[in-house]
Amino acid sequence: MRLSDLLKGESGTIQSFTDELMSVKLLEMGCLPGEQVIVNQIAPLGDPIAITVSGYQLSLRKTEAATIILTNK
Amino acid sequence: MKSRIRVALVGNPNTGKSTVFNALTGLSQKIGNFPGVTIDKKTGFTTLPDQTHAEIIDLPGIYSLYPKSRDESIAFEILCDKRNALYPDLAIVIADASNLKRNLLLFTQVADLGLPIILVLNMMDEAVNNGISIDIEKLSQKIGVPVVAMNARNNEGLKELKQAIANANKVATQNKTIEVESLASSVIEEIQSEFNVEMPYEALQIAHQYKNLKHFQNGLSNSVEKIVSQNNFQSEKLQSAETILRYQFIHQLLLDCVTETKAPVGETFSNKIDKVLTHKFWGLTIFITILFVLFQSIFSLASYPMDFIETSFLWISEWLNATLPEGVFRSLLVEGILAGLGGVVIFVPQIMILFAFIAILEDTGYMSRVTFMMDKLMRKVGLNGKSVVPLISGVACAVPAIMATRTIENWKDRIITILVTPLMSCSARLPVYILLIGLVVPNERVLGIFNLQGLTLLAMYLIGFFAAIGAALAMKWIIKSREKGYFIMELPVYRMPRWSNVGISMYDRAKTFVVEAGKVIIAVSIILWVLASYGPAKNMQAVEDKFADEALLFDLEEEEIRSLYQSEKLEASYAGILGKFIEPVIKPLGFDWKIGIALITSFAAREVFVGTMATIYSTGSGDDDLIPIREKMKEATNPQTGEKIFTLATALSLMIFYAFAMQCVSTLAVVLRETKSIKWPLIQFAYMTILAYLSSLVVYQFLK
Repeated sequence: MRLSDLLKGESGTIQSFTDELMSVKLLEMGCLPGEQVIVNQIAPLGDPIAITVSGYQLSLRKTEAATIILTNK
Repeated sequence: MKSRIRVALVGNPNTGKSTVFNALTGLSQKIGNFPGVTIDKKTGFTTLPDQTHAEIIDLPGIYSLYPKSRDESIAFEILCDKRNALYPDLAIVIADASNLKRNLLLFTQVADLGLPIILVLNMMDEAVNNGISIDIEKLSQKIGVPVVAMNARNNEGLKELKQAIANANKVATQNKTIEVESLASSVIEEIQSEFNVEMPYEALQIAHQYKNLKHFQNGLSNSVEKIVSQNNFQSEKLQSAETILRYQFIHQLLLDCVTETKAPVGETFSNKIDKVLTHKFWGLTIFITILFVLFQSIFSLASYPMDFIETSFLWISEWLNATLPEGVFRSLLVEGILAGLGGVVIFVPQIMILFAFIAILEDTGYMSRVTFMMDKLMRKVGLNGKSVVPLISGVACAVPAIMATRTIENWKDRIITILVTPLMSCSARLPVYILLIGLVVPNERVLGIFNLQGLTLLAMYLIGFFAAIGAALAMKWIIKSREKGYFIMELPVYRMPRWSNVGISMYDRAKTFVVEAGKVIIAVSIILWVLASYGPAKNMQAVEDKFADEALLFDLEEEEIRSLYQSEKLEASYAGILGKFIEPVIKPLGFDWKIGIALITSFAAREVFVGTMATIYSTGSGDDDLIPIREKMKEATNPQTGEKIFTLATALSLMIFYAFAMQCVSTLAVVLRETKSIKWPLIQFAYMTILAYLSSLVVYQFLK
C-alpha cells in the first residue's frame, strides 16, 4: 500500500521508499520509517495532498506520495 | 559600523528566522548579493549589552545542509569555508519550539561543522499551548551549547539572545551528536588528511557536495572525485543513512528533555481553518476574492498616491520651467532627470501595496495554501501555484509583479513567471488601447447590449493573458532546469501577521526598487531625452532658421507655431532619424516613421506613445485630451499615396504590437535586478519583440 492510496482522513505507518533521491528529501522533512501519517486535505483539483507527519503538516504531490510504502495493517 | 563579531542566522523556513533578524537589526539592514545566486543577502547590525556591535547575516531558510537548489547551497558554503569572506564567528540556529524534532536535524548538522553555536528555541508560546514543555537547562547541558528561549514576535528573549551573543565562546563547545565516521570512514579520513580538514563532518559534506562548492573547483574537485570513486561512495544512500542516524539521536535527546503534558486532542485549530480555506468550493471562492481585493488595491487604491506623485512632479517641473532660464540645463533637468525620477517614484505606491499584501499572505501561512490549491492547474502550463499572484498583479503593473516572484522557491518556475508576466496587459497599455480603439473601432452596440469598443478592449486583455499562458507552456519545454522539481513543502500553521515585518517588507522592497532599478530607469530616460532633443546640427539649424523666418508664419497663432516647431524639431532629432531608419523594418506592419518615433520614445513607458503622438501631430494639447490627437491621427495621410495612415489594419496591428512588445525599461531593469543576470532581460526583450513583430505582421497583412 502506498501513501497515495490513502483517502482523506485515513492514516498509515511509513515502511520504506521506492525512490532513493526523493527519500533523502522526505527523510529530512521527517517522513521516517515507523512514523505515522494522516491525510488531512486533498487540494480542490485532486492533487497535491496534505498530510500530518512528525507533528506538522506537509504537502506533496500524488506522484511523490506514491514513492512512500506504508506497512500493511 | 565596526563590529566585534559576525553572526550567521541559520534555520528552517517558517521558524520566525526573519522575525529574529528584524528584531536584532531593525532598519539597519542592508540588502546585497550573494555571488552567483538569485536570493538577496540580508545583513544588519545589532548593539550588544556591552555597547559593542555584531554583524548579523541572514542565511536562506533550509531544512538541511544538503542543498536542494543553487540558492540553498550558499548556506553550507559560508558555514564551512573558513576563507569565505562571510565566514561567521558564531552561528545561531533558530528552531521552532513547537516542532523541535524536525528543526533539530539542521542543528545537529551545523553543530558537527564545529563552529561556535547558539540554539534559539523560538515560538515558545506555541509549544506551551501545544502542551510541550522543554527542560531548557537540560537540553543545553546535553548538547553543550547555550540555548535561548524566545517569542521573537513580542521581542521576548531578545535581551537574553543579545547577552548570549556577547558571551559567546570563541571556540566551539558542543558535544558530538552522531558517529559521523561510521558512515564513510575511509573517505572522511582521506579528505581530512589531503585537504587539512579539521572536522570529520565537514569532510563528509565535501564528499557529498564537492561538485558545487566554489572553493573546491578544478584540481581540488578532481582529487575529491578520485577519493570518492575509489571508495565507492554512494551519496544518496549515505545521506539517507545519516538522516536516520540523526533522527535517532534527536529522538533520544528529546526523550530526556521534552515532556508532552497533554496529548494533542482532536484537530488543531490550524487544521480546522484549512478545512475552509482549502475547501473545494469555499477555498477557491475565498482565494478569488482575495485576488480581486489585491487587484483592486493596486489598481484603484494606488491611484490616489500615484495621482499625487504625478501632480507633484508636474508642479515641480512647471516651477523649474518658470524659475530657470531656458536652455539645455533646464531641458535636461526637467525633461530628462525629473521625468526619469518621476517615472521611478510613480511605482512606489503599487510596490508598497502589493508587498503589504504579500507579506501578510506569507506571514499568515496562506501563501503556502495558494501553492497547494493552484499547483495542479499552474503546473500544467509550466508555472507554479505561487505564480498566480504575480500574474494577476501584472495586470496593474509588471514592475511590482516581477518583484513578487521572489516567493517562488523553484528556480525554473520563477524564471518562467518573470519572463511571461509582462505579457499580461498592464495599466500603461490602457491609454494606448483607448486612443487606438477610439480611432478605428465604431462606438456601436452588438447583440443589443455589448459595446463594440468595450469588447475590443476586453479582447486585448484576453490576448495578453493567453499569450502569457502560451509563452509559459513553450518555455516549460525550452528552459532546462538544474534542479529537480519537488513539491514536498511544509504547510506552516496559521499565525497572525506581524505588522512590523509587513512594514519592513514594504519599506525594503520600495527602497531596493528605487535605488537599484531606479538607476537604470533614470539613465535610459536621459538617453531618450538626448535622442529626442538633439540631432545633426545641420537639420536642427534648418528647423531653427525656418521658424526664425517670421514672414512664413505671420498668419499663425503663437500656440500653433510652438507646437509646429516642436513637431519639426522632433522630426529632425536623432529620435526622428531613428524612426525613419527603422521605417523599412516596420513598414510591413503598417507603421510609418512617425509611429517609429513613438515606438522608440515608448521605451520610457508605454503610455508615452500618446504624448509622442500629440507632439508629432502637433496638437499643442496635453496627454490628457485624446480628442484633438485622435482627430489629427484620423486625418493623417501618407504623403506619397494619399492613403489614410491609421486604417483599421494599422491600428489593430499597432495594438497587437503594444500587447506583446517589451517596451518598458522599468520592467527590464527589475528583471535584471531580480535575476541578477543580463541574460534574462535580453532573452525577454528578444522573444517579446519577435512575438510582437510577427503577430503584428500577420494582423496587418491579413487585414490590409
